Amino acid sequence: MPVITYRQALNDAFAEELARDENVFLMGEEVAQYNGAYKVTEGLWQKFGSKRVIDTPISEAAFLGLGVGAAMMGLRPVVELMFWSFAYVGLDQIINNAGCIRYMSGGLINVPMVIRGPANGGTNVGATHSHTPENFLANTPGLKVVCPATPYDAKGLMISSIRDNDTVCFMENTLLYGDLGEVPEGAYTIPLGVAEVKREGIDVSLIAHGRAVLTSLAAAEILSVEHGIEAEVVDLRSIRPLDEETILNSVAKTHRAVLVDENKPFCGVSSQIAALLAEHAFDELDAPVLRVTALDAPAIYSMPLEKLQLPDAQAVVAKVLSSF
Amino acid sequence: MARTLSLPSKPKQSASKKAVRPVVTKKVTKAPAKASKPVKREVVKKAPVKKAAPKKAVTPRKTAPISKAPAKAAKAVAKPASPASKASTDWSKDPFNAKLKPAEKVSFLREMLRIRRFEQQALKHYNNGAMGGFLHLYIGQESVAVGTASLMNGQDEIITAYRDHGHALAVGMGMNECMAELFGKGTGCSKGKGGSMHFFAPDKHYWGGHGIVGGQAPLGMGLAFALKYKGIKGCAIAFLGDGAVNQGVFSECLNMAALFELPIVFVIENNGYSMGTSLERSSAIRHSLASRAEGFDVDWSLCGGFDLYELRANLGAVMEKARTKFRPHVLEVSTYRYYGHSVADANAKKYRSPEEIERYKTEFDPITLWEKQLLKEKVITEDGIEKINSEAKAEAATAAEFAIASPWPSEESIFEDIYHEVDHQTEAGQTGRHFFSE
Ligand SMILES: Cc1ncc(C[n+]2csc(CCOP(=O)(O)OP(=O)(O)O)c2C)c(N)n1
Ligand SMILES: [Mg+2]
Repeated sequence: MPVITYRQALNDAFAEELARDENVFLMGEEVAQYNGAYKVTEGLWQKFGSKRVIDTPISEAAFLGLGVGAAMMGLRPVVELMFWSFAYVGLDQIINNAGCIRYMSGGLINVPMVIRGPANGGTNVGATHSHTPENFLANTPGLKVVCPATPYDAKGLMISSIRDNDTVCFMENTLLYGDLGEVPEGAYTIPLGVAEVKREGIDVSLIAHGRAVLTSLAAAEILSVEHGIEAEVVDLRSIRPLDEETILNSVAKTHRAVLVDENKPFCGVSSQIAALLAEHAFDELDAPVLRVTALDAPAIYSMPLEKLQLPDAQAVVAKVLSSF
Repeated sequence: MARTLSLPSKPKQSASKKAVRPVVTKKVTKAPAKASKPVKREVVKKAPVKKAAPKKAVTPRKTAPISKAPAKAAKAVAKPASPASKASTDWSKDPFNAKLKPAEKVSFLREMLRIRRFEQQALKHYNNGAMGGFLHLYIGQESVAVGTASLMNGQDEIITAYRDHGHALAVGMGMNECMAELFGKGTGCSKGKGGSMHFFAPDKHYWGGHGIVGGQAPLGMGLAFALKYKGIKGCAIAFLGDGAVNQGVFSECLNMAALFELPIVFVIENNGYSMGTSLERSSAIRHSLASRAEGFDVDWSLCGGFDLYELRANLGAVMEKARTKFRPHVLEVSTYRYYGHSVADANAKKYRSPEEIERYKTEFDPITLWEKQLLKEKVITEDGIEKINSEAKAEAATAAEFAIASPWPSEESIFEDIYHEVDHQTEAGQTGRHFFSE
């Protein structure tokens, strides 16, 4: 199987879907002639032309709203946000329009749109550029939220998201764009709402999404080698719909859960998982559910300090050890 | 289509469809400003009738280009002013310049050189990996920040976007604190918390440093609102880029600034590009970006930003108008950045030609132009310039040493400066849980 980057996996997904369905178009700041601020859309404008791959002004509210309207008409916009942090100037379009129109029209209108871009901290760009809004977008019934951790998942989830008839908020990570992984050629889909056990284990479940999955895998190695603890790593892949069954099965097996989350702790994704475990796995648990999240402060700029703000493998190891 | 705005002395300009930029001829500048001076409008009454009356003869504009095809639109946009194009105006005689003392003129040079040397020093360390994130250099645009700061009356307030080092130094922030911020050190102006895009100095009437495009525009209105509310005779200046004008909030601001009669000047620093997108690919333009203000009954004008005299004359007048008449104004200033959007902009030389960059450096460099001017006026000698230059270099090098020697912020500081009440341990800071990390 070819080994390609996370970035290339997404690029392949776009190229294949653009070729397959003429209703698919890409739009956003610098996506066409500049090849994308993070080169995710590289070469697509040359290949598909200005009708399908469209540069926009810096007008997020307008082009997100345009995406909603076009999707209502049956097109399949894939709208790039240079950073998810910039979604905030267009939240009305995402939450009130993309998120509510189907409901308010009694199901008459669908919004088959993908909104995508990186949503991560850890790159010293300060508080305004480091937001991870998966929790509060998942708070809107009507929106779907997807956070792939690997190149394979990125491609399969992207193709599913483009073909999905609802609005999918697709959250990538600038720190993962260069990661390599095996990715098949040609289209394949990974259903939204299906988590994956990325590592089998019997002693504790590490439940994570996005880059925190890789952190959890690194922690699991350390736990195994240095402490004889076999951690199971559950990659949620999609936040909403959420694969509750896989989470509950894992915890029923290991009887311990540590939630690893680059989201903030307050009403973060981990809070939702913790509530799920309290409601449905109470009798399975041998220890309290524990969390390792981003520190509860705005993202600091200072390089060494920002590293402390995000979960790392050592912090996960320490947290797991504290639960035994 | 045919504007008066092409660059007369530059044959073949139009061949390079990249070199297009809005402009700045004196005629254009004056027309709208004058025309709109009009009718005093102390009272904001809902008088739709009055509004309906076309209030002014608008700018020398023709009909909008029929086709919006990018290639076409490009031609509708103007070119930068060359010194030659405004030979008819001697801006040095303008009231805002005529009384300048030699020492003041020299200080403007010093400030521009300080900014340039500071950023060159920062660039070196950024490339060595001493800094993180983005570094948006202001090099090439120094005259705008320095000219603006030179007009501030001690009660004026300014705010800008992420390309903020120049404004910071111009209003008097120290090189040390700024450099240390770039290094992420605890001695930085924001204690290492904000980084390059987020410098602030309220004591110097400088309200940032804002990372989200356009976000500063409404804040600038708030500054203006507060000035008027408190009865302070000052104005607010909100800078934004040629790309930022396309944020919806800017249009909302134009309406509110006019409606509330706020003492604000929006300065569009038009450097021709928003990241890799040239002006003509990002904005539908009939005449200029500033002319959009027309629809909101806000005065506007254009001005070249390369010559300090020209900038001071144009900006000085509209600042005074804002302070005394509570008339908002949009001033579009043509300028140019030599480096990429940020240092990390790998395409910096792809979306515009190296020749274009070179041309601005050789013909429109604000520092060189000012040096020439001062030499001509015999306000300074070559040696004098060199002295200032080496002092600026030395100051920047010292700032880097200071930054390198400075400590990182403490780990505890991550949780400081989030809530005032908690930092100060007030009663309000002690009820309920504020932070959800252990
Ligand atoms: C809302 C928002 N969208 C996108 C960005 C990314 N971005 C930062 S600067 C920039 C270009 C802005 O260009 P312009 O306004 O012309 O200012 P200049 O950089 O030329 O000073 C873009 C697209 C952002 N910071 N905020
Ligand atoms: Mg610009």
